[in-house]
Amino acid sequence: MVYSKDQLLARLKELQIDFSQYEHPVVLTVEAQAKYVGNVGGALSKNLFLKDKKHRYYVVSALADTKVDMKVLSQRLGLGKGGLRMAPEEALGEILKVPLGCVTPFALVNESASHVSLLLDKGFKTQECCIFHPLSNDMSISLNAFGLDKFLKSIGRDPTYIDLEANPPVGKDQPPDLASLVPSGSTVLPDLLEKTPSQDSSGNHPSAGNNSTAVTAKADKPSNAVQNVKEKSVNGVRPLIPSTDAGKFVEELLDRTSTLLLSEISEDSIKRHGGQLGAEVANNIKKCLREDLKNLATIFKNTAYTEGFYAGTHYQPKRL
Amino acid sequence: MEKVEDQNPQQEEDQVVNPWEVSAKDGGKIDYDKLIDKFGCQRLDQSFVDRVQRLTSRPPHVFLRRGVFFAHRDFNDILDAYERGQKFYLYTGRGPSSEALHLGHLIPFMFTKYLQDAFKVPLVIQLTDDEKCMWKNLSVEESQRLARENAKDIIACGFDISKTFIFSDFDYVGGAFYKNMVKVAKCVTYNKVVGIFGFTGEDHIGKVSFPPVQAVPSFPSSFPHLFSGKDDLRCLIPCAIDQDPYFRMTRDVAPRIGYHKPALIESLFFPALQGETGKMSASDPNSAIYVTDSAKDIKYKVNKHAFTGGQETIEKHRQYGANLEVDIPIKYLNFFLEDDVELEHIKKAYGAGRMLTGEVKKRLIEVLTEIVERHRRARAAVTDEMVDAFMAVRPLPNMFD
Repeated sequence: MVYSKDQLLARLKELQIDFSQYEHPVVLTVEAQAKYVGNVGGALSKNLFLKDKKHRYYVVSALADTKVDMKVLSQRLGLGKGGLRMAPEEALGEILKVPLGCVTPFALVNESASHVSLLLDKGFKTQECCIFHPLSNDMSISLNAFGLDKFLKSIGRDPTYIDLEANPPVGKDQPPDLASLVPSGSTVLPDLLEKTPSQDSSGNHPSAGNNSTAVTAKADKPSNAVQNVKEKSVNGVRPLIPSTDAGKFVEELLDRTSTLLLSEISEDSIKRHGGQLGAEVANNIKKCLREDLKNLATIFKNTAYTEGFYAGTHYQPKRL
Repeated sequence: MEKVEDQNPQQEEDQVVNPWEVSAKDGGKIDYDKLIDKFGCQRLDQSFVDRVQRLTSRPPHVFLRRGVFFAHRDFNDILDAYERGQKFYLYTGRGPSSEALHLGHLIPFMFTKYLQDAFKVPLVIQLTDDEKCMWKNLSVEESQRLARENAKDIIACGFDISKTFIFSDFDYVGGAFYKNMVKVAKCVTYNKVVGIFGFTGEDHIGKVSFPPVQAVPSFPSSFPHLFSGKDDLRCLIPCAIDQDPYFRMTRDVAPRIGYHKPALIESLFFPALQGETGKMSASDPNSAIYVTDSAKDIKYKVNKHAFTGGQETIEKHRQYGANLEVDIPIKYLNFFLEDDVELEHIKKAYGAGRMLTGEVKKRLIEVLTEIVERHRRARAAVTDEMVDAFMAVRPLPNMFD
């Protein structure tokens, strides 16, 4: 179930959490938001949606003034120096179910975000009220950290506040202090962006400096560690996203075609084929891409069918 | 009149080929001519390949062009009927004994997908979780779990959900399927099944009564939700040649219970990395390329473990050329390199010593990596809901479109 802003507000009221709400035109940045709610007496927050190399996701929610150093955070989580980056746009919609510019701790109410780790700035606790988007960027709500805690607990989350500006040393004798906040388990969710093939239940246990595949010959079963699904395939194409979004599907097809097209047109090939280059390239593209594109289309079809099948089997007949 | 294997196939001097054991004579190579002769099936020659191309209006699959699928029973009948406008359905399967699938496991599925696309026919896929539970002594739950996991890799081969029904024996046996099992069982004496499969007095009765389970998917009446009213529908079974005994038995029984004999199209065995004489085994990860291997793993395995026919030194190699008979990279390229022209060129150059083993291995690594990558991406798109949908007992109204 995807939560809407209104459902969230209703939930907050049900939980008897005090909050104020402010409607305003859609804003995409903290600066823009400040124009409308900067003077209501609450502290603005900045919210980052991050992902690490093993495709685990994090929402970092901090006071707008807190300095968040991604390199330091990455080390403190045990991901090494460059382990964290901004999550791609698609992830916002797929996992957090919010639009661009709307990252908010409240997005964790969605099932699809159940594996996303939440890092909260301890600075929130010292403020009377803090301001967040309630699942859409045409509104801001202001509430106390206690209220936020109450909500998080109601969705089964343990709120963890940390000093985001701290920079403790991380080394052999000083384990990364935030390692426990890295999502564990390799549960495969239906809407997940990059799914790792579900191997056996040994799961994946991230710890500082662990590498998944060691290529030493093992006498036992082949490596069951979660494989790093590479971001770049042999053809330099983005990895497959399981979805039934026709737009994304078409983009993927066009991407592959144009990549191949560009590679086929070079000074050399122009010289060689001259005016016939068009026909030559068209033929090559068909030959090379036919099977690949058919496979993509089959996956799209199967995914859409599955969605329909699921809907059909959960269909509630009309009450007469 | 077809030869039916009556004696126990496990004679000491001969090679052993049955669903549970494949070994060559004296640790040598499998003699496929002898096998065809002994089993009584037919060679699939070039005329078939050409005919398939004509009938399907598309280039024949690389496995057909290279003789990977090299033997058949009654494939010509299937093609004759198809030409007359009579469709057929495909039946293949997997014994889910392990989670780790290697490329050799995928071969019948890759070929079956091509057949489904080319002929536009439906497909049933049997997961014999009960068989593995019995033969490998797995728990019922474990074999069911493995069946679902394997189903995901199978789906990743690109089957069309609107034309494909996947089922596990533990889930599906019963009803019309079971009725056919009993009909088949009544036609096969204990002595006969011992003769075909080599059972002994020590084997438990589960094993002895299993063969009908693998036989009856060949009959359309086993799937009333799919083929109701189509009792005349023919069945084509793509499989590796070691499965032949099951279907010899089935073909013997079919006319006696009023059904068409299923047709078969059979493949060679996929060689282990260490060579034809080596055994591909799930306990030796270096004997095969797994679908979960990373590009690094593939590179390592091919470079370090592939058995080659290259000479010991570069000078000797330039002089004598490579022994293509035993060279594994060439054999693997034969299976997986699409481009006929390129393969010919490599074989010529390598055989003459102009191309070095390292170059052939490099090309193989590229080809295998692309296949495994593509499979992994497709696998990542398979959800549990999709497996449920593929395995649901549901009508397939567009299965012949």
